[in-house]
Amino acid sequence: MTTGPSRAEICAVACADAWRGAGEVLAHAVGTIPAVGVRLARLTHSPDLVLSDGEAFLMSDPPPLGRTAAAGGTIEGWVPFRRIFDILSSGRRHSMMGASQVDQYGNQNISAIGDWRRPERALIGVRGAPGNTVNHRTDYWVARHTARVFVPAVDVVSGVGNDRARAHTSTSLRFHNLGVVISNLGVFDYDDKGRMRIRSLHPGVSADEVAANTGFELDASAAVTTRLPDDRELELIRTVIDPTASRDREVPG
Amino acid sequence: MRDKTMSLADVSQQIESGMTIGIGGWGSRRKPMALVRELLRTDVKDLTVVSFGGPDVGLLCAAGRVRRVVYGFVSLDSIPLDPHFRAARENGSVATSEYDEGMFVAALRAGASRLSFLPTRAGLESDVMAMNPELRTVASPYDDDVYVAVPGIRLDVSLIHLNRGDIHGNGQYLGPDPYFDDLFAMAADRCYLSVERMVDTAELTTAAPVQSLLVSRLFVTGVVEAPGGAHFTSCEPDYGRDEPFQAAYARAARDERSWREFTERFLAVDEAGYQGAVEGLRASTAAAGGNT
Repeated sequence: MTTGPSRAEICAVACADAWRGAGEVLAHAVGTIPAVGVRLARLTHSPDLVLSDGEAFLMSDPPPLGRTAAAGGTIEGWVPFRRIFDILSSGRRHSMMGASQVDQYGNQNISAIGDWRRPERALIGVRGAPGNTVNHRTDYWVARHTARVFVPAVDVVSGVGNDRARAHTSTSLRFHNLGVVISNLGVFDYDDKGRMRIRSLHPGVSADEVAANTGFELDASAAVTTRLPDDRELELIRTVIDPTASRDREVPG
Repeated sequence: MRDKTMSLADVSQQIESGMTIGIGGWGSRRKPMALVRELLRTDVKDLTVVSFGGPDVGLLCAAGRVRRVVYGFVSLDSIPLDPHFRAARENGSVATSEYDEGMFVAALRAGASRLSFLPTRAGLESDVMAMNPELRTVASPYDDDVYVAVPGIRLDVSLIHLNRGDIHGNGQYLGPDPYFDDLFAMAADRCYLSVERMVDTAELTTAAPVQSLLVSRLFVTGVVEAPGGAHFTSCEPDYGRDEPFQAAYARAARDERSWREFTERFLAVDEAGYQGAVEGLRASTAAAGGNT
């Protein structure tokens, strides 16, 4: 007898759904649950997705979590870091990145907390977020939804939000495309004005709980309940993709 | 063809305070660590370090040798942040030029091609523009696009580490990723290459495809044989990252005493002493029965 889906599994399926319809693009997933989700998408509704091993190789079957091509599997392409930048500029890529802070318009920060000149807390650096967000679809994953992450204004705009992209006056930002933000509490997308809103709440989560953990107003009027994994998805997550349940370490309970 | 063989000390003597130094590799992967350690044995300071940063940046910052770091990230890969660079950033002891990674590549490509800039979409409307107020945009002469004009970076010296090389400075990588070491070589006035093993030129292509010949002697001033020269970063397929050692490096950053002990044991010695101390640590860890 199988147990019901965990919160981590619901999140993984929500992440998988973010790639639904993406087509033949390089899927880039940062974080354990996005990594589970992208493999699930590849094994179910999105067989054309192209997956990398996180090092320099494209794998024709989803590699086990945390394993590189060195652990075996069929290589279908070679993408050293230099080629990643060429691919992202071509637009044939779809990222799900983390966010130490994200604001109402989807501006994301992974660079520093506080004034960048002398940060209270230095983070990893903007990495590829500025380039990703102006070149191809970008989603965000937040494992722990709090008001310290969902803030009124981020300290360093790493990934470009909808307000800034819309205010830009040239045609250069035409590929800017923020999709969804997925957290341990729900799935969020953007309204006509580019403002974040609740698309769905995970089962057992209330709009009030989200509001209490978010530093800005979120429209909940169209919120539904996040779908549950079906039996095949649960089977794939538990036995094929993540048999050691590393997903539970990212989202417990 | 000239013999460009040098010693580690020969290389470090070429580096002067105030220089702009490019360091190859990526994060905690194939960093020219023996050359960096040798640099720590000199008294050079006020360096501008240009790097896809890892412990190279951390060690130089910890030793107070750095005026500015130009980077897209600084990470130890299996440990997200280098603790020394993090401390330097938080206490304001180094200036920073934080770029998007793609902008960083554009800067190197422009430098290698002797262009004053290269255009890219990356960076537009992000705070990279605010953090680097010298950056300018350029209007396309063909349509209504506007791009960031990433200024070319010229390096006084580059330091890179590869798997094999010959005495003339031809360099070969055998791992999965060349990173950007060829660009670092071409964007520099002088590039110094360390290799795991020096071989005859003919041997370079008997064991590996010609495509593995990443760096031509055209761009190499000197070459040093330095076995274990990327330690504790990875140098696939010769060796992987020394994770227990990297963890010890990161732990040692937590207080002054720990760092002083680490420095005395691993850095206040010559390269042979370093490699010996690493062996010693490995043996004592194995004797203690584990990889804790």
